[in-house]
Amino acid sequence: MKVLVAVKRVVDYNVKIRVKSDNTGVETANVKMSMNPFDEIGVEEAVRLKEAGKATEIVAVSMGPQACQETIRTALAMGADRGILVLTDAELQPLAVAKILKVLCDKEQPGLVILGKQAIDDDCNQTGQMLAALLDWPQATFASKLELGVSDARVTREIDGGLETITVTLPAVLTTDLRLNEPRYASLPNIMKAKKKPIDTVDPASLGVDVAPRLSTLKVNEPAKRQAGVKVATVADLVAKLKTEAKVI
Amino acid sequence: MDFTFNETQEQIRESVARICADFGDDYWLERDREGGFPDDFAKAIAQAGWLGVALPEAYGGAGLGVTEAAILVQTIAQSGAGFSGASAVHINIFGLNPVAVHGTEAQKKAWLPPMIAGKERACFGVTEPNAGLDTSRIQTRAQRQGDRYIVNGQKIWTSTAQSAQKILLLARTAPVETTPNPLNGLSLFYTDLDRKRVTVKEIEKMGRKAVDSNMVFIDNLEVPVEHRIGEEGKGFRYILEGFNPERILIAAEAIGLGRAALRRAATYAKERVVFGRPIGQNQAIQHPLAACWAELEAANLMAFKAAALYDAGQPCGAEANAAKYLAAEAGYKACETAVMVHGGMGYAKEYHVERYFREILIARLAPVSRELILSFLAEKVLDLPKSY
Ligand SMILES: Cc1cc2nc3c(=O)[nH]c(=O)nc-3n(C[C@H](O)[C@H](O)[C@H](O)COP(=O)(O)OP(=O)(O)OC[C@H]3O[C@@H](n4cnc5c(N)ncnc54)[C@H](O)[C@@H]3O)c2cc1C
Repeated sequence: MKVLVAVKRVVDYNVKIRVKSDNTGVETANVKMSMNPFDEIGVEEAVRLKEAGKATEIVAVSMGPQACQETIRTALAMGADRGILVLTDAELQPLAVAKILKVLCDKEQPGLVILGKQAIDDDCNQTGQMLAALLDWPQATFASKLELGVSDARVTREIDGGLETITVTLPAVLTTDLRLNEPRYASLPNIMKAKKKPIDTVDPASLGVDVAPRLSTLKVNEPAKRQAGVKVATVADLVAKLKTEAKVI
Repeated sequence: MDFTFNETQEQIRESVARICADFGDDYWLERDREGGFPDDFAKAIAQAGWLGVALPEAYGGAGLGVTEAAILVQTIAQSGAGFSGASAVHINIFGLNPVAVHGTEAQKKAWLPPMIAGKERACFGVTEPNAGLDTSRIQTRAQRQGDRYIVNGQKIWTSTAQSAQKILLLARTAPVETTPNPLNGLSLFYTDLDRKRVTVKEIEKMGRKAVDSNMVFIDNLEVPVEHRIGEEGKGFRYILEGFNPERILIAAEAIGLGRAALRRAATYAKERVVFGRPIGQNQAIQHPLAACWAELEAANLMAFKAAALYDAGQPCGAEANAAKYLAAEAGYKACETAVMVHGGMGYAKEYHVERYFREILIARLAPVSRELILSFLAEKVLDLPKSY
């Protein structure tokens, strides 16, 4: 079975995000970028499926400027077999990404598509769901455990009340949650192997996808600064403050 | 001129940084307190294949250059592992270069794979108590007897000899009197550190407690002829070829540690409030930190320029030596400034910068001193009379 994984290049999770001075977005110039952590979990899961003999080929897809090739290369160094770079300078919103992935799925015919449950830059949590709808495939989102069968997959999902286990028939769309696995680090031999793995470059127009944004961003602001807390001396003080000031009891 | 790192080089930095992230400040603080080789760290680096970065692909290495090796060791030092981390793997990364370049097929097959896999650790026995920086005066003798050499003598500062199975050993095979140029009487061996014939005594030192440095007493050590690298009498030349990459790696490590110190200092300067304002709001605190940044980055340019020259097969002696000098000085200044910016807390172990300060001195002292580098530059670049 072929597995397709989507990998997004985002501002590294260690970077302190700064809003651009003109409030049009966040600063990405000279900022460390890396693979969306949830996508890393996706790649790891695919590689584990391949190691277990359940997947035959892993295709990593990224979209955006040329630099996204680095993100694909990271996926290849973790164990993906080849990459597809959808080259564009356009701002890509979840719907556009889902449409591009739909076209690629039509072409590649994977048995499973793995995405992160969200990207840590825009936190949209939409692409996987939209893709499933466009493909008319079942979806298993927020996966914390995957047991892949021949024609279906049992997926444990993290939901508000606890864990839910569902079965989806294949092909299906899966989105990863934090606890699905712990991604490996690329080893030097695998980095060297990745250099020789192929990456195809296509663009949205050649795939026949209109990526024009459907939403417009009005303004981006820093969150309000948190006020310092107060220390209380006794439990009685605390209870009094909760009653009179916070008014929660 | 292109000052950017390529995709593979970026990936190396990223992947090594991740391994290092598993060995945090507390790990190195404890190694510094208790001593004891950082085995689990060295193992993690070896398991991911990093020790082979600059060794040939045919023997399990990656066949990359000193540029990539420098990125590797710099990332280790910069993670906060400092010289405790970098020195734990340092010799295994470029030390066996003489074997890779001058070794026989059989030697390479026998020695390189176990080193790359981290199964064997080597130490580097060059410095001697009675010769110092004047390597031409080393006294350890290797006398040929049939199919073996009998070695007697003493080495000093030999790092990692407590746990190493192998030693890369420079010894005299022809007496000083018989060779017009005393450097021609030296030969290089890679052999087992047979503890029945070799006594290793740890030197108590200022920093980097985790990675031992030693006095090594060699008493009738038998070394088979097959353990000699290349030709008899050319040992110093083989070692010399490795000096430039060695300087580049040390420079990269010193810059890495300097950056770690600077990062801590800047963070502390932002958080520490005295006289109603963060201390980092005072220019007396800001300016030295900014100067440290500028000096570290300038040294870094020199280090990677030297690396690029070396990898392109061009002469890089002046650049490699200048890089080591600049990096050690910039690193030292950054570590010292970091201690001062922390005030009294800079003197407390739990703020880590005092450990960096003790470790960075290694880069100023070894493997060659500032004075000798400057003498070398004066002679080779400025064409002044040789002074040493
Ligand atoms: C932590 C540590 C680890 C080490 N690890 C190893 C190792 O693994 N293997 C190994 O072989 N060695 C190792 N060394 C040794 C190191 O390479 C030497 O200490 C270094 O080469 C200096 O030699 P020396 O200590 O004998 O100094 P000396 O040669 O005694 O020099 C003392 C001082 O005199 C100055 N000086 C000497 N001659 C001149 C001159 N002509 N002009 C101007 N100034 C001069 C020097 O610059 C220096 O300041 C290590 C050292 C340290 C500190």
